[in-house]
Amino acid sequence: MPLKRDVSLKDALRYQGKGPMLTYWLHRIGGLSMIIFISLHVLAGYMLNQPWGARAGVFIDTIYENWIFQVFIFACVLFHIINGLRITILDLWPRLIEYQREAIWLEWMVFVPVYGIALYTIVQNALGG
Amino acid sequence: MNLRTAPQRGVNFDYIMWIYTRLSALAMYALGLIGIIGALIMGARTDMSLPDLMRWAFTPEVTHVLNTNVANIDAWRTLFWRLMGSLLVLVGGAHGYHGLLNVLDDYVKSAPWRLFLRYFIIAIWIAMTVVAVYVIFTS
Repeated sequence: MPLKRDVSLKDALRYQGKGPMLTYWLHRIGGLSMIIFISLHVLAGYMLNQPWGARAGVFIDTIYENWIFQVFIFACVLFHIINGLRITILDLWPRLIEYQREAIWLEWMVFVPVYGIALYTIVQNALGG
Repeated sequence: MNLRTAPQRGVNFDYIMWIYTRLSALAMYALGLIGIIGALIMGARTDMSLPDLMRWAFTPEVTHVLNTNVANIDAWRTLFWRLMGSLLVLVGGAHGYHGLLNVLDDYVKSAPWRLFLRYFIIAIWIAMTVVAVYVIFTS
C-alpha cells in the first residue's frame, strides 16, 4: 500500500498537534543539533592536534565554547534525553500510551528545574560570576 | 504524487533500527548514570558545577574536566573511562546517525537517493566513530 509523502510546510505548520507535536519538533531539532554538534566537536578535537588543522579546530572550538551556544545545546540535549525516555517507555509498554499527555507534563516538570539550574550556572559564569 | 511502499512487517533494516534506537537509549541512560556516579565518587560533589557534571556524563572524556575545579585528573583518564567514552560513542553514534537518516528519509522523496543516503550515512558513521575513538584514546 503506497503512502502519500507530500505535505507542504504550510500544512505542516497549520497542523494542530499541540503538546505532543511540540515534543516531536523539539526532539527532531535537538537530535539534529546534537549529531551536527558532536560530529564537529569530534573533528575539531582531532584537528587541534594536527599541524594542518589546528586553526580550523580552534575556529570550531570558539563557537561551542560560547555561552550562547551552550545555552542552546544544553536545552537540546536535556530535552532529547527526557523526551527520549518517554518515547522508549511508551513504545516498549504500549498500554501506557493512554497516559501520553500526563507523561509529557511530567517531562516538562523534570526539564524546567534541571535546565533552570544549568542555565543559571552557565549564564552566571558567562557574566563573570 | 510521490508515493512509496509502506514499511514491511517482519525483521528488516527499519525494524531492527527502530528497536535499536529504543534499546540504545536505555543503554545510554545506564552509561550516563555510571558517568554521574563515577564523577561524584571522584570529587564532582565539590569540584564541579551541574553543567560540568552533565557534560562529563554525556561523554566521559578527560578534556571535559579541564575547565572545572578538579585538581588531579589522573583518575578521570583511566582505561575504564576511555572505554566508557568509546562505548558511548559507538552506541550513541549509531543512534544519532540513524536519527539523521530517519529525518532525511522524511524529506527526500526519491527512492534511489534515500538508498544512497543510507549507505552514505553508514560510511560517515564508521569514519566518525574511528576518529572519535582515536581522539578519546590520545587525549
